[in-house]
Amino acid sequence: MSNREWPLWEVFIRSKQGLNHKHVGSLRAPDATLALENARDVYTRRSEGISIWVVESNYVHASDPSDADSLFEPSDTKVYRHPTFYEVPDGIKHM
Amino acid sequence: MKTMDLQELEKRFQEKIDKEIKIEPNDWMPDEYRKTLIRQISQHAHSEIVGMLPEGNWITRAPNLRRKAVLLAKVQDEAGHGLYLYSSVETLGADREATIDDLHSGKAKYSSIFNYPAVTWADIGTIGWLVDGAAIMNQVALCRCSYGPYARGMVKICKEESFHQRQGFESLVTLCNGTPTQKAMAQDAMNRFWWPALMMFGPSDDESPNSAQSMKWKIKRFSNDELRQSFVDATVPQAEILGLTIPDPNLKWNEETGHYDFSPINWDEFWQVVNGNGPCNKERIEARTKAKEEGMWVREAAMAYAEKRALKKTA
Ligand SMILES: [Fe+2]
Ligand SMILES: [Fe+2]
Repeated sequence: MSNREWPLWEVFIRSKQGLNHKHVGSLRAPDATLALENARDVYTRRSEGISIWVVESNYVHASDPSDADSLFEPSDTKVYRHPTFYEVPDGIKHM
Repeated sequence: MKTMDLQELEKRFQEKIDKEIKIEPNDWMPDEYRKTLIRQISQHAHSEIVGMLPEGNWITRAPNLRRKAVLLAKVQDEAGHGLYLYSSVETLGADREATIDDLHSGKAKYSSIFNYPAVTWADIGTIGWLVDGAAIMNQVALCRCSYGPYARGMVKICKEESFHQRQGFESLVTLCNGTPTQKAMAQDAMNRFWWPALMMFGPSDDESPNSAQSMKWKIKRFSNDELRQSFVDATVPQAEILGLTIPDPNLKWNEETGHYDFSPINWDEFWQVVNGNGPCNKERIEARTKAKEEGMWVREAAMAYAEKRALKKTA
């Protein structure tokens, strides 16, 4: 019916001071100002956040799920990147 | 060769499902899985939105300010639920406005319960208690749906729904402890909403041919009849506390099965309402179509304003 749809925005919310903004969902809005206002109404009706980011979905670049093996598998095999890989003598504390 | 590939993809897809690995928007999925979800999620979204109509009608007539604030908050939540769900349907590549136009043209369905009118204040309490109660029963099961965005939306919705049912029940407790007229009003609402609420779980298992595939894909975790039975079992004791009579002479605790037995459902009525002949089908669709058509200039103006401002910025 309308010739041009409102763009899609991704919504990120900081639930409290000291925490990251986290993706919570998306919505449609004509511009950033209204996207923020709509995000307030749609995603923070119960004190879910103290700060909102909105990003036009067009600008999100995502990795291809079919590349997941080649991208992430190499780190699965590198157990020496974790402290638990290393043995320390019994007497050592706090390392 | 090509069909082999497809078979292999389908096999891997089913393995993921069997291992309880969620499917995300960009993952490969069978066309039928995508179509089933688009249909189901958009119908769910439509139900949230159309569901605002019978209740919204009572906001200005709520008996006091507390009830009015509560009803307003509930109806606003339902709008939110509709929006989460339209967003999740978009992750499947569906065109949001096209799904809405399908609702308006009658091609897409929504929960048949919203085609019944809310004629008294007791209906509002009853809708919260029984209709939201039945919706919660359905939606809790959907929190474990194999499609990630739908499952996550359901988790958020379920958290919000729990007050919807409680506020309805609380309102009925007040009426049932009130004057005989108030109590009779509550009973009358119960008489009208009980059977339509049971129909909300959809046709019997032997009449729903797509159920088996949905269960295999873990879109559904429980059959319609299983959910309906859980709802009856949970609701009968609540009705007893209210002192309301459930309009079913055959409703009886069955010691052997550990469930309540109840009368067969009038499926003719269900199909009549689903197919457009319920008391309010026409009115509901007209209200939604009018909202879109008469609100269109606002959408267009907002878009034109945003475009003008963006142009100014770059100039
Ligand atoms: Fe809802
Ligand atoms: Fe609700």
